[in-house]
Amino acid sequence: MTAVAIEDVWKYYGDYPALQKITFNVDRGTCLALLGRNGAGKTTLLRILAGLSRSSKGRITIFDQDARAESTRRQISVLGHGIGVYEELSAMENLLLFARLYSLKDPHKVAMEWLERTGLARVRDGKVREFSRGMRQRLAVARAFLHHPSLLLLDEPFTALDDRAIKVLQDLMKSALAEGGTIIMSTHQLREALELATDVALINRGRLAYRGQRTREMLEDPGWLYRHYGEA
Amino acid sequence: MRTKLIVLLSALAGGLLIWNLHTIFLRVPDEASQGAVFRVFYFHFPSAVTSFTLFFVAMFSALVYLRTRDLRFDAAAAAINEVAFAFATITLITGMIWGRIIWGIWWAWDPRITSYFICLLMYFGYFMMRRAVDEPHRRARLSAVLSILASVDIVIVWKSIEWFRTQHPGPVLEIRGGGGMAPGMEAPLFWNCVALLLLETSLVLVRMRQQSIQGEIESLRRYVHAF
Amino acid sequence: MSFLRQAWAVAAKDLRSEIRSKESINASVAFALVILLLFSFAFDPTSDQVREIAGGLLWLVFAFAGTLILNRSFARELVNDCLDALLASPVSGAQLFLGKVIANFLILLAVELACLPVFTIFYNVHWTQSIWLLFVVMLLGNWGLTVIGTLFSAMTVNLRLRELMLPMLVYPMMIPALMGAIQLSSVLVSGEPLAADNQIWFRVLVAFDVIFTLLSLALVETVLVG
Repeated sequence: MTAVAIEDVWKYYGDYPALQKITFNVDRGTCLALLGRNGAGKTTLLRILAGLSRSSKGRITIFDQDARAESTRRQISVLGHGIGVYEELSAMENLLLFARLYSLKDPHKVAMEWLERTGLARVRDGKVREFSRGMRQRLAVARAFLHHPSLLLLDEPFTALDDRAIKVLQDLMKSALAEGGTIIMSTHQLREALELATDVALINRGRLAYRGQRTREMLEDPGWLYRHYGEA
Repeated sequence: MRTKLIVLLSALAGGLLIWNLHTIFLRVPDEASQGAVFRVFYFHFPSAVTSFTLFFVAMFSALVYLRTRDLRFDAAAAAINEVAFAFATITLITGMIWGRIIWGIWWAWDPRITSYFICLLMYFGYFMMRRAVDEPHRRARLSAVLSILASVDIVIVWKSIEWFRTQHPGPVLEIRGGGGMAPGMEAPLFWNCVALLLLETSLVLVRMRQQSIQGEIESLRRYVHAF
Repeated sequence: MSFLRQAWAVAAKDLRSEIRSKESINASVAFALVILLLFSFAFDPTSDQVREIAGGLLWLVFAFAGTLILNRSFARELVNDCLDALLASPVSGAQLFLGKVIANFLILLAVELACLPVFTIFYNVHWTQSIWLLFVVMLLGNWGLTVIGTLFSAMTVNLRLRELMLPMLVYPMMIPALMGAIQLSSVLVSGEPLAADNQIWFRVLVAFDVIFTLLSLALVETVLVG
């Protein structure tokens, strides 16, 4: 079962092609690590998948629907560089807001449940402004998982996180995969990413350089892929 | 091909303009009540009409961009707006010159001149905004939206200024073209509209070519910096 | 129904953050008071002439103070990339926009209501006979300013020189709404009844509000996503 189908996607910034002729599928229940150097086009592709940006050419279908369709967005979760929570609001209010935006049935119950799962129940009424970095990140994770997404789009998810948040996120990703969810994450931290990943795609200067399953040799030697398919 | 077209259009425009100037200054007699200065109207009115037309043409070009996402339509819209802006400025200045002679003041808050001024301010914002966005598609998108809003707003401004000023009796005279003019005096007006339109079209084409060269330079720069 | 509910969730979020931080309300009220004070040096505040231009004064103050609020409206979404989180959620650009307009409308209205008594005292105007009509004019004018202003706030949010761009783009656009509001307020503040030829300004205000609300709702998705 295909979760995400990317067909001949191009993205131009003016005349400059940031993505060229990207075509690949991601199956349901898999975790794809999107690899590539800075500026290769990983974030651009993720933003297009998330419906935050439009491709110049090509087609993207997510669960057989358009990427920007409302029903698609309901099933997607995006966790980017920014944490996407409001400083002036409390942890609870932030989650309540997003629960309402996703029109979840019992916002209070869902919000409380996620505060507990991310270990923030004790500070539920504290303002995000007063939170430590790690607490903010866990709240961001809670915000992203709140609506039980079936497709997770994570842009460099582990880069800014502390150990506890990494643990929380990894556990959540594992359980999402176990429940049949799909994950696409961009990363250059190979080891953490490759542990979870079942599939790998390498983007090089806006082109798809490699697409396949994650193999044992990649795990043993994270530089393997770059040496074989990346530029020198 | 493009160059030939530009040369042809400018030659036509130039020839027609010279012929019109000849008619306007040497053939058409002084107007009965206004004297010689009424001749400024032969440039005021055509530049007003054509610049307004161009603003709306630019809006349609912007709409086509939003449909097709083809940057050429954005380039066209920008070029047309630039030329329209220049001719709207000419309208404003010729209007002021006429007002200085007839009413004795440079700026009489005539409703149409005021509308033109507001229009110029809006499109000044348009050009400022274009400079502030680097990414060409984003620039095109935002300019298209601004162009649509401005075109709609201009119509409302136009009507409401007229109402606003008619309630404040001031030194406002009616100077509608057409009806009041003697038959022999009307033809050059029409011919000057044609001449200015030709001139404007060739200017738009020149600007578009400059823009495409500029875009090429920009993307070359991007390539250089990207790798 | 859920269209409005989600829009309201956005509005409530904005209002709550604003009430907590009071960033734009404080700045905007203070700014409005400063302008009201400065006007008193520009002409004799006790003369009868003031009544004729009172409506104009009032709306210039509102328009100036308003841009401070509008500048913040989308800028506050940039912190932590909240705008991306909102756009990736199922709320449409139109809902997000409507929510923001409602929040800005209420914040600006609060600022205006705070300024009105001060204005009355400073310039000795009597508007009490026609308080309800004046209120209607304020609502209509306010909506026009916030709809246009919020759309431009969305357009300029990622631009260089955002703070400079917004007023430059927004004031010429607002002119018809401002003209209508100024005309009507001037008549009402001077204590005269509305004459028949003033009715047209109600129509201008309503038309401006309706046209630009619809246009903005249609265009905002293009502005925000692309």
